[in-house]
Amino acid sequence: MTDLTADPAEIVEPADPAVGEVLLQVTDLSTSFTSDRGTVRAVRDVSITLRRGRTLGVVGESGSGKSVLARSIMGLMPSNATRTGSVEFGGVEILNAPPKAMRKFWGEQMAMVFQDPMTALNPVLRVEQQITESLHEHLDLTKDQAHDTALALLTSVGIPEPARRLRMYPHEMSGGMRQRIMIAIALACGPKMLFADEPTTALDVTVQAQILDLLQALQRDRQMAMILVTHDLGVVAGRAHDIAVMYAGQIVEQASAEALFARVRHPYTEALLKSIPKLEMAKHTRLEAIGGRPPDLVDLPVGCKFAARCPYAQDRCREEEPELLPDPDDASHLVRCFFPVSVAASAALQATAPVAGEELA
Amino acid sequence: MTTVPPEVSPLGLTLEAAPHAAAESTATRKKGLGIASWLAIAWLTIMVGSAALADVLPLKDPNAGVAPKRFAPFQSGGPILGADANGRDMLSRTIYGGRISLIIAVCSILVGLFIGGFLGLLAGYFRNWLGNILVGLFDILLAIPQLVLALSLVSVLKGDPNIPEGFHLPIILVLIIALGLVSIPILARITRASTLSWSQRDFVTAARAQGAGHGRILFREVLPNVAPAMFSITLLGMAIAIVAEGGLAILGVSVEPPQSTWGTMIATGKSELDGAPFILWIPIAAVFLTAVSLNYLGDVIRDRFDVRESAL
Amino acid sequence: MAGIGDAHLRAPGESLLRVENLVVEFPSGRGQKVHAVTDVNLDVLEGETLGLVGESGCGKSTTGKAIMQLPSPTSGRVLFGGQDLTDVKGEDLRTLRTQLQMIFQDPISSLNPRRRIEDIVAEGLNIWKTGTKSERADKVDKMLLTVGLDPKVVRGRRPHQFSGGQCQRISIARAVVTEPRLIVCDEPVSALDVSVQAQILNLLEDMKARYQLTMVFIAHDLAVVKNISDRVAVMYLGRLCEVGDPDLLYANPAHPYTAALLSAIPVADPTVKPDQRETLGGEIPSPLSPPSGCRFRTRCPRADDQCRNEVPVMAQVEGDHFVACHHPIAPGESIEGTVNLAGALAKALA
Ligand SMILES: Nc1ncnc2c1ncn2[C@@H]1O[C@H](COP(=O)(O)OP(=O)(O)OP(=O)(O)O)[C@@H](O)[C@H]1O
Ligand SMILES: Nc1ncnc2c1ncn2[C@@H]1O[C@H](COP(=O)(O)OP(=O)(O)O)[C@@H](O)[C@H]1O
Ligand code: SF4
Ligand code: SF4
Ligand SMILES: [Mg+2]
Ligand SMILES: [Mg+2]
Repeated sequence: MTDLTADPAEIVEPADPAVGEVLLQVTDLSTSFTSDRGTVRAVRDVSITLRRGRTLGVVGESGSGKSVLARSIMGLMPSNATRTGSVEFGGVEILNAPPKAMRKFWGEQMAMVFQDPMTALNPVLRVEQQITESLHEHLDLTKDQAHDTALALLTSVGIPEPARRLRMYPHEMSGGMRQRIMIAIALACGPKMLFADEPTTALDVTVQAQILDLLQALQRDRQMAMILVTHDLGVVAGRAHDIAVMYAGQIVEQASAEALFARVRHPYTEALLKSIPKLEMAKHTRLEAIGGRPPDLVDLPVGCKFAARCPYAQDRCREEEPELLPDPDDASHLVRCFFPVSVAASAALQATAPVAGEELA
Repeated sequence: MTTVPPEVSPLGLTLEAAPHAAAESTATRKKGLGIASWLAIAWLTIMVGSAALADVLPLKDPNAGVAPKRFAPFQSGGPILGADANGRDMLSRTIYGGRISLIIAVCSILVGLFIGGFLGLLAGYFRNWLGNILVGLFDILLAIPQLVLALSLVSVLKGDPNIPEGFHLPIILVLIIALGLVSIPILARITRASTLSWSQRDFVTAARAQGAGHGRILFREVLPNVAPAMFSITLLGMAIAIVAEGGLAILGVSVEPPQSTWGTMIATGKSELDGAPFILWIPIAAVFLTAVSLNYLGDVIRDRFDVRESAL
Repeated sequence: MAGIGDAHLRAPGESLLRVENLVVEFPSGRGQKVHAVTDVNLDVLEGETLGLVGESGCGKSTTGKAIMQLPSPTSGRVLFGGQDLTDVKGEDLRTLRTQLQMIFQDPISSLNPRRRIEDIVAEGLNIWKTGTKSERADKVDKMLLTVGLDPKVVRGRRPHQFSGGQCQRISIARAVVTEPRLIVCDEPVSALDVSVQAQILNLLEDMKARYQLTMVFIAHDLAVVKNISDRVAVMYLGRLCEVGDPDLLYANPAHPYTAALLSAIPVADPTVKPDQRETLGGEIPSPLSPPSGCRFRTRCPRADDQCRNEVPVMAQVEGDHFVACHHPIAPGESIEGTVNLAGALAKALA
């Protein structure tokens, strides 16, 4: 039922008329928190369009607002948060929907997979109860039906011996298994959209690859829209159709995965790519780390927020804030920078970019 | 950074001085105490202060009849809190009684805290035969119903009144020791649980790697992290000890008249429930308010000292 | 991988650290034992960085802690500068330990939340009363400066005011301030995001050069390990699979497990579709009852009866490159189809 070898590009050609329809339309979404230090401007003016069957990768370093963005779209906000802008889901504005209406949305329309499956799962409940809980809440199922559904879900997320696992507690399983359980819970009510907030950061590489493969397969299978949040560009490179790079709460670069990697335009994206150690590098190659840290979200600098760490910064960058504008050569490639990385520099980056497979073959 | 740091890293790194932006924004700074905490503090201050200063305060003699028997409270011309069945001033008796109740509660819990806390630290830190023996000991003590344990301890410690040359501890000391011993396994268990989780942290391993001895690790690394939990449980324990003292008094184990505690006041007030219920309600209210205040403050303190371990 | 043998060890006199037949077992209820580390041989030359890689739960941290004698291993020898640490007890061990230091994975758990940064960094100096009080304070300030923190501001703060990367800098300062000879880094960058990871890796390289450190660097990311190591050892379920110079080992992985690990690394290139690469299926078996023979055989596409019955022995592949496998991948041989989760999972789901 799941074809793992299909190319994600294939689904751009919608077989099902529902595929490709705009599911999520976020316009100028801003989120701030009141804190005793002042207003934390965690997300500013983010606009996103997401179609069914597509994956958007959201990338940025810690504190760049990735999780806040995902939660703002879902409406999972703490009491000290204020959101402005618009979030349309399936044509319905949900930004100011009352909590009761949102509860109906969560699970059935959209669901979330969290970074740390141990804290997101209830340690004192058996796996079966945790899965059927949401089934009972949203669907009118008998006990037996719920059990069968739970069994089928575990099978679909690739858990061997699902009947035995249903009776286990979270702590009796490995991190990878727990994350599969989390995914099964998220999928229980057949959501149209899945938020995966760093679903593999707590896992090691081999398990990470398994979980990402699984998410991708399920997403294709169910024609879900997916937002995949991560701090590792490598994770989203082959798995997302589109990529948004966030810095200090804003999107600084947004394009299709192919376009973004073919021609990196924003200095921050370039710096992120350069800082990843690559297999092809000789041992002890000095990494090009991005010096310093992101700005304080309570007291944002004027001008470009990346200026303090940007190798290309000029006076204008410190005075004026750049807008997110289409690249002159490719209107679908959005960049927030006055002096984008040159085509030549970008090509040089490509030369050093890993060409995996070749090396292993 | 806007200001140029006067010193430079030998490795040529840009110095990071200010805490991480996220660190301060996520960390909610300590807020002022709420009104409930202030009420609790006020009540406890009044109780402790009046008990401590009872001898210098202009109070009537708690053991002498000063007013008509069962004089109702809040009436002009008599004691403000009324008088008991012997015409003794209720206010003065409540304060003097509270003095003994509080001494018993505080001292017994301190006994429990020092012994139980220390054993709990050892049991949580040494997860070898020593820890196992201690845990077994706590379990055995906890398996005995606490009232039974306290009563039997009292009867053993009090000595036999029929043998005048046998040993006779003052009853206050007996109660302190009995309640203290009863609280040891409870405090030890809680301390152990907290110690167990803290001593598995990597910073403890790091200290060992630096050659720190067990004593240094226990008292410098582990204890400061365990202390808030111990402190808050101590306040809770005092509340329980005050109530327990009342319970023992009702069972007839307490100070001898004319001395009194809140417990003995409740015990004797029971028979006045029909005619003058205030004689019973006043000491009950004192016990209740004190226990609730201690309890509440214990919670507040635990929350406030719950360290934000990180900004992450 | 699950291999034994010591073909990969260098002459005993050359190494600063030499681990021989290391075994660590933990009791686990009902008379069972967790076989965390089984018969591992390792050596590290003075000034060398040994990278230790493997999936979570394979015994990397346990090996690192056994080297530190925290706790001592169940059996085997840990020779440090020629002296067997497992023979040293009590006060002598306490003194010797200062020459070995450790940096941990979890930046939160590795710093005491109740202590100030200056006390945390000075702890090793204070325990041994090295120099006068002001000399110690100077040393701490210099060390904070070296790791890129402004001592004037940082000194009096507590750990919760720092980010993960900054906490790791403090941990590094604490480990290096007592001037140890060997540092065991247990996944020091696994909890950090890529940009901070690069900063910390560079810092570790700088500290190593400046203080002539020898390092054991534990990680599960092969690219990270390659960047920092002079020699790499791949571990699976308590045993070593493959050891060698990273340039040789990465160019021609001889062990099927190493090959699988290499192909699991996410690649920042959208033209490489992850599911066209091979990923390792299944889960690491329980260390309570590890498979007989080669411990990797339950997930290895090349496994046969020999793998079931015989524990593979470490043997040389080329130069400084050793593998413990009955059917190693020959240089240049394609590993296609060897470890293919895509196919396996698709079949399982069909
Ligand atoms: N409830 C809150 N109150 C105040 N500030 C908050 C709150 N939640 C998040 N923030 C702040 O918003 C900013 C963005 O946080 P967010 O969790 O989205 O980062 P992230 O990109 O997901 O980082 P990570 O990679 O660490 O998960 C941070 O500076 C954070 O401190
Ligand atoms: N104190 C312990 N008691 C019991 N089992 C342990 C203990 N420490 C580690 N283990 C087990 O030993 C194995 C190896 O653990 P570890 O060395 O931490 O792995 P890694 O660092 O490679 O992830 C795991 O199965 C783990 O559960
Ligand atoms: S606008 Fe200026 S400072 Fe900002 S990223 Fe572009 S070049 Fe750098
Ligand atoms: S081929 Fe045999 S010995 Fe080699 S890794 Fe596979 S199972 Fe082990
Ligand atoms: Mg996040
Ligand atoms: Mg580990």
